[in-house]
Amino acid sequence: MTDQRKPQPPKGLGPLAKREMRFAYLLLLPTFLIVLSVVLFPLVANVWISFKPVTLGDLRAPSILINERLMGDLDAVGDEADIRYRARNSSRKSAIADVVMTDTLPATLRVVAVDERCTIEGENLRCDLGDYEAGQREDILVRVAATADFLSDPPNVKDTKPVFDYVPENILTNNDFTLDNFRKVFNASDFWTVLWASMYYTIAGTVGALVMGLFAAQLMNMAFRGRAVLRGLFLSPYVAPVIAVALAWVLLLDPGPGGTLNALLIQLGVIEGPISFLGQRVAEISFLGLTFNFPVALTVVIIFEIWRYFPLAMLFILARMQSMSTDIYEAAEIDGATPIQQFRFISLPQLMGIMAVLFLLRFIWTFNKFDDIFLLTGGAAGTRTLTVNVYEQAFAISNLGAGAAVAVVVFVILLMFSVIFFKFSPEDDA
Amino acid sequence: MSRFGNIFYLCLVFGALWGAISTILITLLALFVSGQPFQPQVTAGAIAGLVSAAVLTGLQPAKRTPAMVAFAAFAFVLTLTLASGATPLGLPLGTYSFGQLIFTILIAVFAVQSVTLTAKHLGPGKERRYNVEVLCLRFLKGFGLVVFTIAVALPFFVMVMMSLKNQQLLLSNPLDFSINFAQGAEALFRSYIELFTQYHFGSYLLNSALVSVATVAITLFFAVPGAYAVARLKFPGQNFLSRSILLIYMVPMIVLVIPLYAIFSQLGMRNTLWGLMLVYPATTIPVALYMLQGYFRGIPAELEEAGLMDGLIRLNVIRKITLPLALPALASVALYVFMIAWNEFLFAFMFLDNVDLYTLSRGIAELNSSEVPRQHLMAGAVIATVPVLALFLWFERFLVAGLTAGSVKG
Repeated sequence: MTDQRKPQPPKGLGPLAKREMRFAYLLLLPTFLIVLSVVLFPLVANVWISFKPVTLGDLRAPSILINERLMGDLDAVGDEADIRYRARNSSRKSAIADVVMTDTLPATLRVVAVDERCTIEGENLRCDLGDYEAGQREDILVRVAATADFLSDPPNVKDTKPVFDYVPENILTNNDFTLDNFRKVFNASDFWTVLWASMYYTIAGTVGALVMGLFAAQLMNMAFRGRAVLRGLFLSPYVAPVIAVALAWVLLLDPGPGGTLNALLIQLGVIEGPISFLGQRVAEISFLGLTFNFPVALTVVIIFEIWRYFPLAMLFILARMQSMSTDIYEAAEIDGATPIQQFRFISLPQLMGIMAVLFLLRFIWTFNKFDDIFLLTGGAAGTRTLTVNVYEQAFAISNLGAGAAVAVVVFVILLMFSVIFFKFSPEDDA
Repeated sequence: MSRFGNIFYLCLVFGALWGAISTILITLLALFVSGQPFQPQVTAGAIAGLVSAAVLTGLQPAKRTPAMVAFAAFAFVLTLTLASGATPLGLPLGTYSFGQLIFTILIAVFAVQSVTLTAKHLGPGKERRYNVEVLCLRFLKGFGLVVFTIAVALPFFVMVMMSLKNQQLLLSNPLDFSINFAQGAEALFRSYIELFTQYHFGSYLLNSALVSVATVAITLFFAVPGAYAVARLKFPGQNFLSRSILLIYMVPMIVLVIPLYAIFSQLGMRNTLWGLMLVYPATTIPVALYMLQGYFRGIPAELEEAGLMDGLIRLNVIRKITLPLALPALASVALYVFMIAWNEFLFAFMFLDNVDLYTLSRGIAELNSSEVPRQHLMAGAVIATVPVLALFLWFERFLVAGLTAGSVKG
């Protein structure tokens, strides 16, 4: 008997391909797990926190504070007094559920009466106190009478500490939501200033680092003695720890006594008095009868960014330049093209691809940059970008929720950039 | 053809510029080294540069012998001294005489050498546009080299010098970077010694090393299998993964810091080195994976297929064939991850409260207060910079090749 159908290629994955797929997933699993738990989950958690009224202090879990005291005097056998437990919820914002207190009473005291929520078994007191609201406080009284044994050797009731068992409410996981954080962020008087500073910093820093990197790559493409040494030197701003170079810059630019650059400029007669490079918000500059407000500190911070990241651009542009074929330059040479023409019409078009990729990557990374500005100015003098604002809100003002809200804004803007990046990214050009 | 043309006149301009630049630079160098209040004589330097350029570049290129260069330098010294009124460095020749002589000669040598290189092979006569551009570009490149070198080196120079200077001396004359070797090594490196004896820098260094090495180990352990899977094995989502893995690297740390701070606080993992050893690899694995998969793709698949045919299982193929071939890439990724972990500031700053756990970045942040003298702060900066910089420069070729082949970093 014959099969009428034509032979078909197998559908789906064969057993070998399936095994390969499973193996691949197995190899990727650890990476996937760690990225999920430390990057993707926090991203979601950040959005969650941005809708919650959480401050830095709320991270400490609420607990029961207790004060135990014998009220009254026990001087003779049969005298009665109260042992008072004053319990309080330490947190003013979150509740505590299922509070149970246990304590051991001195054996020599006779219990007369106990709070109705408590039970006594021998010397052991156990009280089911139920749920405590935020900030709730109450007294639990145990009426006791003195015995002869007690009077001969009176123990302190405080010697046995009451033990608590409870379920504290987690401020991060409760159902308390608010839009206040976002309201606060968008209504803040300086929101647009911060956004503008962020964009100025990002664009100027990116373009500056690229242009300087292009220039430095041209220099490093020449053959001269000591080139290897200079290349190592040029890379060092990028390699050195940010805190080391940032603090060196801070001391270099210090307006007080001991600031090198100000002393240098005064010695050269360029300026008359010291300039507070990192502390001055704006300087008025008159040019052709027009007055501009020049943002001093922000510009200095951008110069630092360019200084620190031009090596990266240099590295990539240099690598691209050294992979170019020399034939085309020889042909241009014979045709009489001048060096500038060769650069303009041969080198630059070949460099555009890597420049575009570098621009997009650096743009996003510069936008994300936090430590540089934080270490140089702490966000003062008009240098507060969105990322510095996240820290400012969350940890300086201690409002975690508001900080998270700013972080959400940062992330949304970033997503928009990423969409643009993916749309224009040339295939495998880096 | 007239004897002097456009090249000669351009050379005069560049000579004047080189004269001025050289005067400023070397005078400031003299100022730093000696602590004397020297003033650059810019105008005199420019005139001297002009004169020496006229002497030198007025000749045909073949006639610019070393003797002529020396003569031009001599003319430079003479003109500078005369034009500045016998104060080539801005001070009367009586003070610091021998030093002034040396630095004046240095100015002349630097200026004349620059002019010689700029005008090399280009004669004084009129030449076509090609050579004019060559001349201008030579000046521009030379000038660029000088500016870049100074801009890059100055902060590092200040960092090292300040760490060796006494705070009082520094405040009274911030431009005096002369080193007093007479005081002996112990006094000279006092701030370094105090950092290690009184400020726990020994333990900071150990913590930094521990966290960085652990980060490198964990990153490689996770990224190598992942990169191999993405590069070699076929599975649904492979393309998407190889393109999008770098996106993880675009997530700003500052967005992660609040949730991680909150969660780690509640789990009791915040003030520990374990916390850092979990966070750092998570941020470096994606970029390491991206770099490695780029390299793995470059290794001929036939080699691995031969291994498979000979009966090796996949894991052994990776271990015995792929990894040895990828050793350069592994080294560069390792170095690169080490650099990221060593330099990381934000999480170390947010997470660590306990002095015993501080990494170098965190420890230096603690020094940044008005109570700690500046030389200690800068000595701390030097201590943090030297290991990573030395490592980087040592393996530079390696790293540069790996970086540019696979990926990039921000």
